[in-house]
Amino acid sequence: MKKIASPMAGTVWKIVKAPGDAVDYGDTVMILESMKMEIAVEADNRGTVAKILVEEGEVVDQDTPLIELS
Amino acid sequence: MHKLLVANRGEIACRILSSARSIGLATVAVYSDTDAEAPHVALADEARRVGPARAQQSYLDQDAILAAARDTGATLIHPGYGFLAENAGFAARCGREGLVFVGPRPETIAAMGDKEQARALARAAGVPVLPGTDKLPPDEATVAAAAASIGFPLLIKAAAGGGGIGMRLVETPEALAAGIAATRGLAERAFGSGAVYLERYVRRARHVEVQVFGFGDGRAVHLFDRDCSLQRRHQKVIEEALAPGLGETTRAAMAQVSVDLAGSCAYDGAGTIEFLYDDDTGGFFFLEMNTRIQVEHGTTELVTGVDLVAAQLRHAIGEDVAAELTQDQIRHDGHAVEARVYAEDPARRFMPSPGTITGLVLPHGPGVRVDTGCRAGSVVTPFYDPMIMKVMAHAASRDEAIDRLIGALGDLRIDGLTTNVGWLRAVLDHPAFRAGRLSTDFLTAHQAEIEQQQARQAA
Repeated sequence: MKKIASPMAGTVWKIVKAPGDAVDYGDTVMILESMKMEIAVEADNRGTVAKILVEEGEVVDQDTPLIELS
Repeated sequence: MHKLLVANRGEIACRILSSARSIGLATVAVYSDTDAEAPHVALADEARRVGPARAQQSYLDQDAILAAARDTGATLIHPGYGFLAENAGFAARCGREGLVFVGPRPETIAAMGDKEQARALARAAGVPVLPGTDKLPPDEATVAAAAASIGFPLLIKAAAGGGGIGMRLVETPEALAAGIAATRGLAERAFGSGAVYLERYVRRARHVEVQVFGFGDGRAVHLFDRDCSLQRRHQKVIEEALAPGLGETTRAAMAQVSVDLAGSCAYDGAGTIEFLYDDDTGGFFFLEMNTRIQVEHGTTELVTGVDLVAAQLRHAIGEDVAAELTQDQIRHDGHAVEARVYAEDPARRFMPSPGTITGLVLPHGPGVRVDTGCRAGSVVTPFYDPMIMKVMAHAASRDEAIDRLIGALGDLRIDGLTTNVGWLRAVLDHPAFRAGRLSTDFLTAHQAEIEQQQARQAA
């Protein structure tokens, strides 16, 4: 199972992709808020979104899995 | 007996608490869940939890902060900077609850927080504002006359634009009409409104500000100026006092209009008037007034020897600060430079880099000052802004102060997180910075050289 993980600690501000969406390298899949900045999470993989593993408002650590791709 | 509650966290909370202690005030800290073990909590006589990590539910929660004040019997509240510092509603609530808000009156905070009102107050006090027009009428003769009074080069700006979009530089009167037509067309397509206005163009802009202190009765003094031109993403990075390269006439004029503005609104306490400074002509124009203690206040303290926070607190408890802080007693000595250390990674487009500080060695020595709210073991969380400390150096000359600051940043060791310290050293060592050729686009214009210098330092 391919996963997209959080590049840093922060709060999930906005989930851009939904299950079933196609994702390619560099696509913004989610926006985090960290230290008063908005940080785009870019896909480092390609595939179809199988499952979103976090919710908006959730606090995540670096390397927390955010999205499962199939 | 006065008791001070500090409604803030991090380095500024520590800074305020230490001045409060030095003048004998009892102190109260507030903290969010994630800050329960933070140094500012340990520095205060007592502390109250105000909520969970998120600022909206803790440091910005007015009810929770006022409840902490009631609970501890606090008589004063110092807001620091950020959070509730420029919230007129909060200042007014403090007053209604019988607490002294350490800052100007709520009306002043509200007026200076409104761009139009602030500009009107500045104009009325004789402070130059950037020459410009309201939305232009269609009549060409009126427009040409307005442009002539602003002078060329000028900028045509879309009223609905922003961030450089819908902005056009016009060098000569002949190019004006075509420029306006083109900007109107672009603005209509991009923003749905073709309204444009004109503004003076400043080719080499610097950000220079004047520190003032008002006594609430129309009397005010200034504590000279600072340059804060080096910014990224509207975040200041390097500041210094005094602003280098200002002519004495300009410096005196800028200080005088600042005192006039503070006096005209019977300003109460410490404040800063920010100017856009035209490095080609020596002209300066009002940007805004910050009605709080600034992050960079320490540079002014180093060159004047005045403890600005203690002055705020003593004025707030009714001591006669005006009697000793008279204009002819305020002098400046030497030069001070400050670098802001951020938990961010210059190599990854300055991405935030929260984490745990596993080891910390602070620089010291003559003329070196560090303001921080961190210690070894501190967790730098993603919930608040990324500044973890300010390192300042003071010396007889600007060159020596820069050397001293570069040295201090070299001695500073922060283990466990990525910071911008190496990048700061490269910026400070850049020939254009050394030469005092400052401008608000400095960090963008010299980005490549700064990166190369940093690579050389690391090697």
